[in-house]
Amino acid sequence: MLSPADLTAVWLTLKLAGTTTLVLLLVGTPIAWWLARSRHWASGPIGALVTLPLVPPPTVLGFYLLVLLGPDGALGGLMLAGGLDLLPFTFGGLVVASVIYSLPFVVQPLQQSFAAIGEQPLEAAATLRAGPCDTFLAVVVPLARPGFMTAGILGFAHTVGEFGVVLMIGGNIPGSTQVLSMAIYNHVEALEYEAAHRLAAGMLAFSFVVLLLLHTLKRGRPW
Amino acid sequence: MVSIRARFRLSYPAFTLDVDLDLPGRGITAVFGHSGSGKTSLLRCIAGLERAAGGFLAVNGETWQDGARRLPVHRRPLGYVFQEARLFAHLNVADNLDFGYRRVPPGERRVALEQVVELLDVAALLDRQTDRLSGGERQRVAIARALASSPRLLLMDEPLAALDQARKQEILPYLERLHDELEIPVLYVSHSPDEVARLADQVVVLAGGRAVAQGPLSETLARLDLPLRLGEEVGVVFTGRVIERNAEWHLARIGFAGGEVWVRDGGAAIGRSVRLRILARDVSLARHRHDDTSIMNLLPATVIAQAAEDHPALALIQLRVGTTLLLARLTRHSLSRLALAPGEQVWAQIKAVALVG
Repeated sequence: MLSPADLTAVWLTLKLAGTTTLVLLLVGTPIAWWLARSRHWASGPIGALVTLPLVPPPTVLGFYLLVLLGPDGALGGLMLAGGLDLLPFTFGGLVVASVIYSLPFVVQPLQQSFAAIGEQPLEAAATLRAGPCDTFLAVVVPLARPGFMTAGILGFAHTVGEFGVVLMIGGNIPGSTQVLSMAIYNHVEALEYEAAHRLAAGMLAFSFVVLLLLHTLKRGRPW
Repeated sequence: MVSIRARFRLSYPAFTLDVDLDLPGRGITAVFGHSGSGKTSLLRCIAGLERAAGGFLAVNGETWQDGARRLPVHRRPLGYVFQEARLFAHLNVADNLDFGYRRVPPGERRVALEQVVELLDVAALLDRQTDRLSGGERQRVAIARALASSPRLLLMDEPLAALDQARKQEILPYLERLHDELEIPVLYVSHSPDEVARLADQVVVLAGGRAVAQGPLSETLARLDLPLRLGEEVGVVFTGRVIERNAEWHLARIGFAGGEVWVRDGGAAIGRSVRLRILARDVSLARHRHDDTSIMNLLPATVIAQAAEDHPALALIQLRVGTTLLLARLTRHSLSRLALAPGEQVWAQIKAVALVG
């Protein structure tokens, strides 16, 4: 039904979204924790910076990443000097870009559920001999579980749906950076509407399921 | 060294907590005062929940905080019962109890989980989720959870304040058992004279962030110079022993240092030690003994001192019956009519004596 090239694109998309979500949860959790609790002056600017990818077109972000990570960019130059491969037009580059692009979708729900927990259970845990890390794992994580679920689902879904950033930093290399949204674009460009339909309809169904999941998560707590 | 030494100075927007306390390291010490007097802040400093730089705290010989170092909260072997229970919503009752228990190294445990469960009578609740508990049950679980972590000091911050009268009466007997059966020093924050009268062995009175009085319960409550205004609740508490129970009239005769009183028989066995509370408003004075009165308890007393009350019509008289101090509230008019002076003998007519535990 799907051509081998399309299947590769689907697999690549899932791999990218999965990796990105994992990295996002690891990176986003401490950021969200700090933003939810800090009264430091820098929490305002850093909060805005984390949320920034929501506003401009994704191509803006993609463009600057391309410049920054390219051979003449500040980071790209450093990587070359350190004997590392450049990130643009690689899977690694896609992950880095996706993480930055989807960061607000993970940080915001986490930050909200951390803030909702408040100080009280943390103080109670401390008086019951739990140190800070212990408290985080034994009290915060279970209490914030709906937040983690929402963050994970949103991060995954948003990565699956990206186009502009991928276009800029990933190029369109089959098997390496050609994700679903690019594959659909290619089919349409080539007037292969049939193939485009199959992928696009799949994306629609996927989006519907994701929203249904989020809705169930908010209402009950099947987990 | 059975004592709690605490010295804290910490500024808040509304007041400055400035205390230097040497408290007994056993029994229940009530930290008493109006809201905003610094009671909760003091407790939070002792727990380490409030960072009071430069403070000093030693509990029964162990230094928890001094100029050089400050144990973080989770390294202080204390139990803290908050006003609003603060049970963990993601854990059931059994797991809440276990939370502190399993974080104490087995060698340092002083109570078994079963003992705590029995003491607070929470066995029937163990499988419940915390949102399926009544207010009184929540607070009992919270107390049990604190005790299960083998605290060497139990801090209780108005544990009954969020409960209605009926729930308070439900919890108080458990707190009394705690007092009788465990050897953990307790700091009990309260603004309720009732709770203090019933539970405390000693009192620290806070006002405006400072300790304005401190001492054994009966002495402290009988002081005339207490800047704390208790209004209708001014009175004394002392202990006595049941001497006789009269089945016909359902009365019990209680002997105390200096005399005897009759009270409603509360069921305490002969020989049992009980707490009596006599409010100043329930004591009137007479120069001569009157037997043609409905008042049963007439005690010969010596006038010690007098003090003004909040209302200009009233005065507070301190009396001594044997070695026990009483307070009587009279109108200044009556006082002048009786022409009472310190050292004079009077009859204290006591309208009501309450057994408070």
